[in-house]
Parts: sequence; structure tokens; C-alpha cells
Amino acid sequence: MSAPAPSTAATVSPVPPDGALAGVRWALARDLKLAFRSRAELGVQLLFYVIVVTLFPLATTPERNLLSTMGPGVLWVASLLASLLSLPRLFATDHADGTLEQIALSPYALEALVSGKIAAHWLTTGLPVVLLAPMLGLQYYMDGESLTVLAAGLLIGTPILSLLGAIGAALTLGLKGGGGLLALLILPLYVPVLIFGAGAVDAVRAGLGATANLSLLGAGLALAVVGAPFAAAAAVRIALD
Amino acid sequence: MALNWFKLSSPATFYPLAGTLIPWFAAGAAILAAIGLWLGFGVAPTDFQQGEVYRIIFIHVPSAWLSMFLYVVMAFWGALALGFGTRLSGMMAQAIAPTGALMTFVALWTGALWGRPTWGTYWAWDARMTSELILLFLYLGIIALRQAIGDPRRADRACAVLSIVGVVNIPIIYYSVKWWNTLHQGASVKLTGSSMETTMLTGMLVMSFAFWFYSIAVVLARVRAIIVERERDTAWVGALPEVKA
Repeated sequence: MSAPAPSTAATVSPVPPDGALAGVRWALARDLKLAFRSRAELGVQLLFYVIVVTLFPLATTPERNLLSTMGPGVLWVASLLASLLSLPRLFATDHADGTLEQIALSPYALEALVSGKIAAHWLTTGLPVVLLAPMLGLQYYMDGESLTVLAAGLLIGTPILSLLGAIGAALTLGLKGGGGLLALLILPLYVPVLIFGAGAVDAVRAGLGATANLSLLGAGLALAVVGAPFAAAAAVRIALD
Repeated sequence: MALNWFKLSSPATFYPLAGTLIPWFAAGAAILAAIGLWLGFGVAPTDFQQGEVYRIIFIHVPSAWLSMFLYVVMAFWGALALGFGTRLSGMMAQAIAPTGALMTFVALWTGALWGRPTWGTYWAWDARMTSELILLFLYLGIIALRQAIGDPRRADRACAVLSIVGVVNIPIIYYSVKWWNTLHQGASVKLTGSSMETTMLTGMLVMSFAFWFYSIAVVLARVRAIIVERERDTAWVGALPEVKA
């Protein structure tokens, strides 16, 4: 078995199965390299995030209290949409040129390879959103503590978005009307993340402390890290059948 | 009695069995609904707090129960289809989805009609209502996913994965009134006893069975249609009198 897609394969020579982590590393390195080569695309997705966030003060009134109240919710909703927009990158191009089939045939466990791809997806689309959010939060007149909790919530929450999103992205591979369908499948699953993430900031503003909400997000992340790669890998296998 | 369950998992044997069961469940649903509605609207006393409005409970609670229960059953059949690759399991999951969506919609709709006179609002962003609304979206997503996939076997397994992931929502709906303690009232019926008048409770339980029987009858009828559609190229479907005609 040769390494998948010679043109894009990064470092790996024909390998025996030397443990799942090597598979995670390989997929991570490959997807990061591919993402780095199409930086413009990543930039566009980040700009989408910035623009969505900018629309809300224009659509409502740029009034200080109103904006600082709805700021966390707006930033979270925009994160969800940005994640949704970037999901097709995860499998669709690999599926279109046949690379995904080669990946599925590799001696590594598909679950490990999918995990690596998800990690790369989060690093290239989720992490920039986390880093950008506090700056955009300033536009919404959020105070320092709220911004910290917002960033912490996004740091725990956006990986969940990538993990759950991978399931939807794999399920809708090669289907007609992919984008809208993906939104219908995935956004309901994103809702708990949104509630607890935005709820954490609200709790801090109400003087309650963010521990409860952030702990629930953390529990969700633990569950998603364990379960989602298996569901996503199963979905990839179903799509390739 | 040694019942061979695997024999029943074949569409060819299940099809006639479903055909014989449907009239029984349909008649049961009609009779139970008649009794339940008579109890609910004729016998049960007026509620001292809510007046006559509360009587929508006889539709609202059964449909809400069924909306959650049917989802779990659908995920169960999906898991069987995924694990064993049995054709009938996937067909059952497919047949349950529209009825589940209908029950969810009825629960939300009657809840809105009930909320208006008692809470003064059709809708509130309460934990239970929101999670029930998400359940509706999950059902619709599963139906849409199936519509988008041409190959029924792939659709079976893809919908199974999605419904199993979505099953996380069910305990959230069920316990939402306990965990968040928002507008929606807590459960009136618990395993340890009920806070309701006996006739009210009886009426509600009878109505629940009526809804349950209705769901079974409708799902079986739908699964028969799905069987005929998917197995249309087989000899046994070709030999069916209703197909020949």
C-alpha cells in the first residue's frame, strides 16, 4: 500500500500500522500543509466571521448597553456559522479527487486519520476564531472579564464544533444540496455548545461565575473527542461504499 | 414457545404480519381515543387553577411522550441496521421518522395553544420548549438526509449515524424541567406517584395508549409501503395480489 495522493503526501513512506497516534499525526501534518498552501481560502473564512459580527451593530442600534448584552451571543453565532462554512473543506475536496478512498484504504485506523483531519480543521478554522474573538468583543464594548470568559468558552467550544461538524460533513459527502442540508443536520447539534458558551459570559455578567457553563462545555468536549471520530469515520465509510 | 425473531426480520415474512396487525392497532387506537376523550372532556373535573384550558393536556402530553419515545425507537432500529445490516431495521427507522416529526409538531403546537391563556405567551425560550424544537429539527434533518441520498441502503446507515448522535438530546428534553427550572412546569406523572386527579391521570394514560397504537398502526402501514417499494424487483412482491392488480 503506497501513501495516499503522492502529490500532496507530506512525509510518510509506505508504513506498517505503527499505532493510532502516528495516523493522527500523519493526517494532521498533511491537512495543515494543504491548508497552509491555500491560505487565501482560510483568510476568506475568517473575513466572513468578521463581517457577520460587524453586521449586527449596523442592523440594530450601536448603543453601548445593547451591544455589550448581545455581544457574546453574536460572537458565538458567528463562530457557529464560520465553522459551518468551513466544514466542506474537511472531506469534500479529498472525496472529489479520490484521495479519501485512498486514505480509507491505508493501514492506519480510519478513526485516527479522521481525528487528525479534525484537529487540523480546528487549528486552521477554530483557533483563529478564538484568537480574533476578544478583539471583536471590544467592538461590542465587552469588559475584560467577559472577554476572557468568551475566549475560554470558545477555546473549549470550537473543537466540539469541528468534531460534531465532521460527522455532518462526512454524512453529506457527494449529496445534492450539500450546504443547506449540512446546516440542517449540524446546527441543531451545535445548539448546546452555543447555549453553554454564550451562557458562560452571561453568567459572569450576572455575577454568578462561569464555572458551571465552562465545566459543561468541557464535559461536552470530552464526550465529543471520544465519540465523534468514531461516528465521523463510520459516516466516511458509509459515504465511500 | 420458541419464536424465531430472525424469521420476522425478513421483509417477506414481516409484510403479511404487519398487514394483519394494522387493523387491530388502528381499531385499538380509535377505541382508546374515544374512551380517552370521553374521560378527558366529559368526566375529568375542571382544574381549580387553569379552568377548562388544561384539557389540552390530553393531546399535549401523549404527543410529547411519543415524540421522545419514537426518536429512541428510531435510533434503536437505526443501530440495528448499522450493526447487523438488516434491511427491515432501516425500513422501520425510515417509517418512524415522519410520525415522530408529526408528534413533535403536535406537542409544540398544542403547547403554544396552552401557553397563550395560561402563561400569556405562545412561545418562550424555555429549556424544554427549545430542546423539543431541536428535536423537531433533528427529525426534519434525518428526513431531509434520507431524501438527499438516492441509495436506500446508504440512506439507512447515514440516517442511523445521525439519529444515534442526536439521541443525546432526549435526556436533555426529559430532564430540562428539572435541571433548569424555567417556565415549563415539572412532570405531573412520576414513577413514584402523580400529582393529578385520578380521572385526569386515567384519561391522559388512555390517550397515551391511543397515540401509541396510532403510531404503531401508521408506522406498520408505512413500512409495508416501503417494503413494496424497495423490494419491488423480487418475486414475492411480484406475486402479491395487491401488486399484481
